[in-house]
Parts: sequence; structure tokens; C-alpha cells
Amino acid sequence: MALLKKQGNFLERNLHIIFPLPAVIFVVVMMIFPVLYTFFLSFTNWNLTSGMPLSIVFFRSYQRVLKEPRFLAALGRTFSFTVLAVFVETVVGMIIALILNRDFKGKGFTKLIMLLPLVSTPVAIGIAWNLFYDPTIGLANYLLTLLGLPKLAWTGSESTVIPSLVLVDIWQWTPMIVLILLAGLASISSEPYESARIDGANEWQVFWRITLPMIRPTLFTALILRSIDALKTFDIIYAMTGGGPGYASETLNIMAFKYSFEYFRMGQASVILVFLFLLVLLMSLIIVRFQKSVEM
Amino acid sequence: MRTSWSKRVLFFILILVIVIPVLFPFVWMLASSLKTQVDIVAWPPRLVFTPTLQNYERVFREQNFLKYFLNSSIIGISAVFFSLLMGVPAAYSIARYKQQRLSIFILVARLMPGISFLMPWYIIFSRLKLMDSYVGLILSHMLITLPIIVWIMSSYFDTIPTELEESATVDGATRQRAFLSVVLPIAGPGVVTSVTLSFIFSWNNFMFSQVLSMEKTKTLPIAIYNFVSYAEVDWGAVMAAAVAIMMPAIILTMIFQKYVVKGLTMGAVKG
Repeated sequence: MALLKKQGNFLERNLHIIFPLPAVIFVVVMMIFPVLYTFFLSFTNWNLTSGMPLSIVFFRSYQRVLKEPRFLAALGRTFSFTVLAVFVETVVGMIIALILNRDFKGKGFTKLIMLLPLVSTPVAIGIAWNLFYDPTIGLANYLLTLLGLPKLAWTGSESTVIPSLVLVDIWQWTPMIVLILLAGLASISSEPYESARIDGANEWQVFWRITLPMIRPTLFTALILRSIDALKTFDIIYAMTGGGPGYASETLNIMAFKYSFEYFRMGQASVILVFLFLLVLLMSLIIVRFQKSVEM
Repeated sequence: MRTSWSKRVLFFILILVIVIPVLFPFVWMLASSLKTQVDIVAWPPRLVFTPTLQNYERVFREQNFLKYFLNSSIIGISAVFFSLLMGVPAAYSIARYKQQRLSIFILVARLMPGISFLMPWYIIFSRLKLMDSYVGLILSHMLITLPIIVWIMSSYFDTIPTELEESATVDGATRQRAFLSVVLPIAGPGVVTSVTLSFIFSWNNFMFSQVLSMEKTKTLPIAIYNFVSYAEVDWGAVMAAAVAIMMPAIILTMIFQKYVVKGLTMGAVKG
């Protein structure tokens, strides 16, 4: 009995270590260790198809990847995809959130509709948009002809593939920004609005002077979170174009995937992964810094 | 204050302008899944047609659809279950002992691109004979579900006042007993939120299963992707499969709407 009591005390005193321990071990084994392994592989020229043992070449894989025009193009594309998508999503999301931020009949239903793209399987969504974009039978071109505009090749042409993919991302993720901003708007107190009304401020002034400053922390976090996810976009692009036509829609994520699982050039794939990893880490640090400064 | 009739109509139109573009792709998907191949390839696209269920019949009969459905369920449910076992105590500890660093550590797991561990997993799993095994897939999906569960549960525990546990410990219970018998029973809403969301994200995952599974453990997103890669695209059947695969997530969302909204937005609206 005494022993049992003592054990209970041991558990209680070390609860803050014992409770998180399984989760921490899991993340270390499944994430930290593999990421370190990737770092190690980036200094090798390992190629699974060559059948040769891996040899350490230090920065030679980095040199080869950095000299590859395909890599630089993918890097630039990843940026432009992310910036374009997140910019439109933020602006449109803000406008929609401001419109929805009041009580009206059917608000719950509207929010439910907003949730649907967020919980839908991205691969299935991508395939459905492929039918929509299909140059010969797709509805997209039909809508263009209705408006008297020329037909487009959409994802079939190098010049329109990125905007077409961005449009899908905007469709799927703008609701996320809307919901986050709605939650943020709901937490703003009504006092500053009342005094602004008394001072005779118009809607425009109220938005710039009160709403925007108060929602800024929420907006900023939403923006960074969305940017990180947009940088990592994989399913939609892979399912819709596979990075094509040519390499016209190949982002870092797609390129790394192809280097790993189609060409099996693990060394060079690791180099791409290291870059992607650093990019995301940088953005994560911004988020963590920012959340800390808000909490303090 | 009474808003005028014309203003209300204007607002209603505005709502339609927002809702219709969001909803339309789903409607088009559903419509296409009910069309014959002739109706699908017709130009101009047919808005009026005789609906048929033959696409669904074909999907459920000819494809191993039920098997993939089962695989997705087994992997999703197991990943969520084991993540709950590990994640809820961790989340409790983060919330009660203010373990900021630990919470960031878990957050980073949510933010990292999946492919940066997928490539090493591929090598390691091949060596350990974990390729195309349920164990391997469940482990990989747990890296999706665990961070979501920890993230949501720790925010939820933050909202539970400590007085409840304190009065229990004053009465002589240990902290772990207080956690089990006082805190857990009222953590229901947090558990519902985190389970729903993490299951949906596991269900929708494509990348991990695409690499780590083959025929035995193939999940639905892979099945539908392979379905399209066949030479001739049978659009009706593909759309029927797409509708079928999205149904569970959509039904869950309808049932737990409030929880899902909370779970998706809580990370950003802390400050």
C-alpha cells in the first residue's frame, strides 16, 4: 500500500514529463529523425536506381540542383503561386467576412456551405475541376463562349496553367480566411464602434481605423498559416497537371516528389527538400514570434 | 432600426453571389455523376438531362471501391485512436504546465511539408518491410492526426478552469486521478472537435498513401486518382467516385458543424 502511494507520488511529481512523453517520442522518431536523415542524404549523391552505395559528396548535390534551371523555375513558381493565391484569398476573404459579419437568416447555412470546400478531398476536387476545365467538353469554356470570349486551354497551356490552378486554390481556401476572420470579428468588442458612430465616422473610416487594426493579429496569423499551406500545395497540382504541361506547373513540392519517387535521385531530392523545409521553417518562426508578441 | 425592403433584397443577392460560386462545383460534380457518358460529352454542356444511377452502380461493382473505403476507414480510425491516447495527455500537460516550447514543437509537426519525412520514410519503411502495411500507413497518418489533436485539445483544456481539479486534489485525489475522473469527462466537446477534424484530414490525405501503399492498403484518394489515369476517362464513374469519397467528410461536417468551425479557426484567433 505504501509502495503504491509512493508510485502515485512519483507519477504525480513527473506528470509534466510523463504525460507528453509518448507524443514527443513519436514526433521525434517519425519527424525529427527523418528530417535529419534527409539533411544527411542531401550531402550524398545517392541514386536508388543506380544500385551503387551512397557516397558523401558534400555540397556537390547542392551545386547541381542550384545550377538546374528547372529548380530555379520551380522555386519562382512556388512563390508566385503562393503570393497570387494568398493575396486574392485575403482580399476576397476579408470582403466576404465583412459582409457576413451580421445576424441574418441563413447565416448558419452560409457558414456550412463555406465549410464544404475545406473538408473535401483535394484529389477529388482537382479531378472535378479538370472536367470543368476540359477544353472540349468543359463548362468553363462554355461560360466563356456565353460571354463572347475566346476559349482557353486552361491547365493545358503553359501560359494559363498557373492561374487556372490558383483559381482552384482560391475557390477551396478563401472560405478558410472567411471563417477565421468571422471568428476574429466576433471577438471584437462593440464599444469602439459605438463611440465612432457618435463621432459621426463613416463605414470606410470605421473599417480602416477600428476593424482593420483590431483584426490585424488574426489576419496576420491566417495569412501566414495559409501561405505555409499554399507553399506546400501538392494534391491539387499533382492530380490536375502532375506539374505539366512540360514543367509549367511544377512547384518545389512536386519537383521533390518526382525526384524522390519517379527518378529516385535521393541525394538531389533531399537538397530540394532542405530548401522547402527551410522556407517553411522560416515562415513558422515568423508565426511563433508573432504569437508570442501578441500573448505578451 | 428597420432595414428597408430594397436593402434586404440587395443583401440577399449579395449572399447568393457569395454562396453560388462556392457551391457550384459541388452541384456540377453531382450532376455529372448522374449523367450518361453521352450527356457528359455533349456540347454545349447539358443543364437538363435524365438522371441515372448507373455510374454509381459501376463504381461500387467493378472497382474494389468497398475495399478501399474500408482501408481508408481502418487507417483513419486507428490513426485518430492512437493519436488520442498520446495526444490528450500531452495536450493536458501543455495547458496546465504552460509548456510553450512543447506546443511549438507539436505545431511545427503540423506545419512541416509532409514530403520532407515521406522520402526518408519510404527508405526506412522499405527496409523494415512496412511498405503497403496497415502499421506503416497508420503510423504515417498519425503524423497528421496527432498535431491536430494536441493543438485543439490544449486550447480546449486552457478554457477549463483549474478549480475543478484543485478541489479534487484537495479531497485527496492525485493529479492524474483528477485528470481522468474530473477533466476528461467534461472534455467531450474538445474531443469531438479534434476527432472530427483529424479524421477528415486523414481521410483526405493523398500523398502519404500514394507512396506508402500498394494494392493491399490502398485508400480512396489513391483509388480515384488511379481511376483517372486509365486510358479512357469514364467521367461519369469518376464523378460518382468523387462524390462518394467526399460524402463521409461532408456528412461529419454537417453533423458537427460548430465544432468543425471552431477547430479550423481556433489556432488563429488566440491573440
